[in-house]
This record gives sequence, structure tokens and C-alpha cells, in this order.
Amino acid sequence: MTSLVHDTRPALEAPAAAPAARRSRMTPGRWVVWALLVGGALVMAFPVYWILVTALTPGGQSRSGEFYLWPSEPTLANFAEAFASQPVGRWIVNSIVIAGIGTAITVIVALMAGYAFAKFSFRGRGVLFGAFLVTIVVPAQVTLVPSFLVVVDLHLVDTIWAVILPRAGDAIAVFIARQFMLKIPDALLEAARIDGAGELAIFRRIVLPMSGPLVGVLVILAFMGKWNDFLWPLVTLQGTENLTLAVALSSMQSSGIFDNPWGPIMAIAFLSLLPLLVVFLVFQRTFVQGIASTGLK
Amino acid sequence: MSTTRSRLAPWLFVSPGLVLLIVFSFVPIVAAVVLSFQQVAVFGQGTWVGGGNYAQMAGDPLFWTSIGNTAVFTIGTVPTSMAIGLLLAVLLNRAMPGRALIRALFFLPMVAAGVVVAVIMAWIFNGDYGVLNNLLAALGLPRVPWLTSPDVAMLTFVLAVVWTRIGFCMVIYLGALQAVPPELVEAMTVDGAGRWTRFRRLIWPLLRPTTFVLLVVNVVFSLQVFDIVYVLTGGGPGFATTVLIQYIFRTAFTNGEMGYASAIGVVFALILLGFTALQWRANRRAEEVA
Repeated sequence: MTSLVHDTRPALEAPAAAPAARRSRMTPGRWVVWALLVGGALVMAFPVYWILVTALTPGGQSRSGEFYLWPSEPTLANFAEAFASQPVGRWIVNSIVIAGIGTAITVIVALMAGYAFAKFSFRGRGVLFGAFLVTIVVPAQVTLVPSFLVVVDLHLVDTIWAVILPRAGDAIAVFIARQFMLKIPDALLEAARIDGAGELAIFRRIVLPMSGPLVGVLVILAFMGKWNDFLWPLVTLQGTENLTLAVALSSMQSSGIFDNPWGPIMAIAFLSLLPLLVVFLVFQRTFVQGIASTGLK
Repeated sequence: MSTTRSRLAPWLFVSPGLVLLIVFSFVPIVAAVVLSFQQVAVFGQGTWVGGGNYAQMAGDPLFWTSIGNTAVFTIGTVPTSMAIGLLLAVLLNRAMPGRALIRALFFLPMVAAGVVVAVIMAWIFNGDYGVLNNLLAALGLPRVPWLTSPDVAMLTFVLAVVWTRIGFCMVIYLGALQAVPPELVEAMTVDGAGRWTRFRRLIWPLLRPTTFVLLVVNVVFSLQVFDIVYVLTGGGPGFATTVLIQYIFRTAFTNGEMGYASAIGVVFALILLGFTALQWRANRRAEEVA
């Protein structure tokens, strides 16, 4: 999977000097292909558009059975109803706290471990790195039950730490960090050591400042994974007040808490989608590179 | 002093990650195997049942249903997503107006959480009020029971997941296409090779490693699917869309059979590992032949 890392960077951009681009003329045939692609892109984007439309559509129209593409009377009533009847604010805070703290821990831990594997030779390094990689191959779902029992033993059930800690050590992030840090010149670190700098100081003043793009990829990947995580918080969180947005959203269809459920559900779905949508639009390149670099969500 | 320090330093840096992985990965992996030979309630002590859980699995029709559903789902999603992704990558590798935006729109679904994908698909495919059936009705066509008919629900589930995968496959293929040496393409064009010949003789063979990695990653994704089906259909109607992970979840947390659930988890891990090993071997052999 490493081979995917370097070459996907320009994938979403439009490199002006792409070889095919030089020869291209938009012939009638190409305009037909272009129109089909635009149509396909609109179909792909439609569900995201439909979340927003439904969130703005009054309940009556949602349940009319009529075909429409834009509400006749757009309203924010669905957002108001969702917040008034459910602890949506709490869910948002829970999601932010869990994804935020979790991302911070995951990234710091991965940077440190990646640095150790990349820049030190020590007894047992190969075995240890291999052991880290094994955890990538064995998916978390397989250890669902024993992981849950560990969390029960630590008396963490229904706390944010039940969600954060078991997901904090991320071997893929360690792997990405190591690959990046292999490129940091040893001479730089040696020079600092000769100048008498401590190991932690070297890490903080030399290694971290050189790892900006790496941190960007790690933060986006970790945040997206944790914000969107479902199965694990579903298992470990119980009280309605303690849920994350994703878990709360999952049970609303059938819960009967709203008279016209789809408007409020889509309002909450929209709030859940919004942060990642913004990250995607602002950091599109890092985002795509990050996803491509690991081949996973 | 310096040597002591440099001997301790790597352990200092690696220890936080190591502790987390020991407690939350290594211990659970070993425990999963141990539990699979026991009968356990959530807060109780386990009793040894030998291979009992595995024997139970062999005669458990729901286990086999979920295996079959997972296989159908995987076969339905993986080739479809990869073929559409490849087609889009090839078409979008040429210059055209608004190319960056078109690519971004195809990639957009990757951003959405599985749960968000599931609720929006549940709404779009809703039998009574969903926009798709409303459109069909407006066109004078019959409404389709997208989620309530056992025969159609699997198709709906596959469609929903393909929607999230296309952009991923497209982006990976685009990256690989941009690494194809332009001189080679030029040379073939000069020799009079058409677009299709160039693709079949030059580009497709060069994309082989990418196709292989995508295949493995996509199959692993599909085998592990949970969020979308749990929320979209709940595994129903009946057990028409119950997949393996969902069956593990149900066995452990609805039925409270922790030991049996662990045994299914172990079998699932073996299926995944076996598949990955097979893929690597097939690929290596193919490369030796080539």
C-alpha cells in the first residue's frame, strides 16, 4: 500500500502540463463524454444535496409523496425541532471532545513511535515494528468482544475514554509517520546531539518542525476516522446524553421521537457531515493524499 | 552517558504507542482466541467448552446466511466500484472544462460517515416518500420496494456502498495514470495504435499493481462492512442483508453470547488473512509469468 503514497498527490488537481492535455481538443464526441461526466457527477453529489434540501423542507412536503427538488417553503424548523427535543448540542460536544482528544493522542503517539522506528536502531526494533503492523491486518471488529471486556475491566464503559483509548494507538498512523521521518537527515540529529541537545529537545525543535505535511495528513485521517466511527462508540456508550452524533443518528429512524422524522434527522445528519465537508473543501489535496496513502477510511 | 541515553531514547518514544497497543490490541487478540473456546456472559466467568463454539457455527444456519450475504455483497460491490472508478479515471485524465470540480464531486461521498450515508440512502430509497420512488411515480412507473423486499434490499445496499467507493477507486487510478510515461503513449500513437489498443496493451498492464492493491483493499472493506447495513436495513428484511460483522455484533450484544461471538470473529480473521495471502501469491505468480 505504500506505493500509493507518493503518486496520488496531484490526482484532484488539474496539472496544466499533463501530457494528454497538450494534445486535447474538445471535439463533439468529447463534449458528449463531458456531458455524461457532468451528469454522473451531479448524480453522485445528489445525496449530499438531498440531506440539505430535506433538512430545509417542512414535514408536510417531506411526506407528500410528490416529486420535488427544492422545498416550496424552505424552513429552519427542522433544526429547531431537533435541538428542542433531543440533546443535539450535547452530542455535538461529545463528538468534538472525543474526536479532538482522540486525534491529539493518536497523532502525538504516532509521531513519537514513528520517530523511534525511523531514526533509532535498537534491539528488537524489527520484531516490534512487525508486531505493530500485525494490528493493521487484524481488523478491530475481530477483537470487538475482548476489547469490550477490557474496557469493562477498566471501568470505562459509557465514558469518553472508553471510545478514545482503545482507538488511540493507530499502527497505520505510526507506519505513515515512520515512512515520512526516514527522510529526515541523520546528520541534522547528530549535529544537535554533539551540541548537547537532549533527545526530547531534538524531537521538539528539529523533528516536529520538519514534519508539517505529515502532521496535516495524520490529523485529517485521525479526525475523520474518529468523527465517523460508529461500531465502537455504539458498543461502549450507553446513556442518551453521552452518545456521539453518529451513534445518536443511527437509531432515529425507528425511534418514533419525531412526528415527521426525516427533516430533523437530515438536519442532524447535515451537522454531522458539515465539519468534514469544510475540511474536504479547504484541504482537498491533503485529504485525498491522506486517504490514498492508507487506502482506508 | 551518551550511549545509555541513546539506548533508552527509542524506548521512551515508542512506549506510549506500545502500551496502548498491548492493552487494546495484543491482549484482545489473544483473548479473542481464548474466549472462542469458552462460554461467557458479559460480566461472568468463562467456562471451557473446547471446540463447542466452532461446532455450533457449522450447524448455525444464520452464520451461513451471513457468510453468503457477505460474499454476495463483496462480489456485488468490488468489481463494480473498481470498473466505474477506472473508467472515470481514464476519462478524467484528459483536459476538459471544470475537470477539478467534476473530480471533486465524484470524490465527495468518501467524506460522509457510514451512518450519514445510511440515513440519506434510507430516505432516498424510502418506499412511500423517498425521492426516487416519487420520481418513478411522477414518470408513471411503479414504486419499487427498495428496502422492504428481500430480493431488492441487497441491491439497494450494494448501490449505497458503491456510491461511497467509486471516488476512492477513481483517485487511486488517477494517481497511477499520471505515472504512466507519456513517451510510451506517444510512441504507440505514432505507431498508429488507437485509444483502445493503447489502453489494452500499455496502460492496463502498467496499472496491474494498482489494480491489485485496490482489489485487496476493496475486498477487505466489503468483508468488514457494518455501519451502512446496520442503519440502512438492520440486516433485513428478515436476514436478507445480514452480514458477518453484524452477526458478530448481534451474537455478542443482543444475544449475550460472548464466547460464540469471539469464535465467529476468529473465523472472520482467518477468512481475511487467507484471502490476503491468496491474493499476494496469485499476484506474485502473475508477475513471474509476465
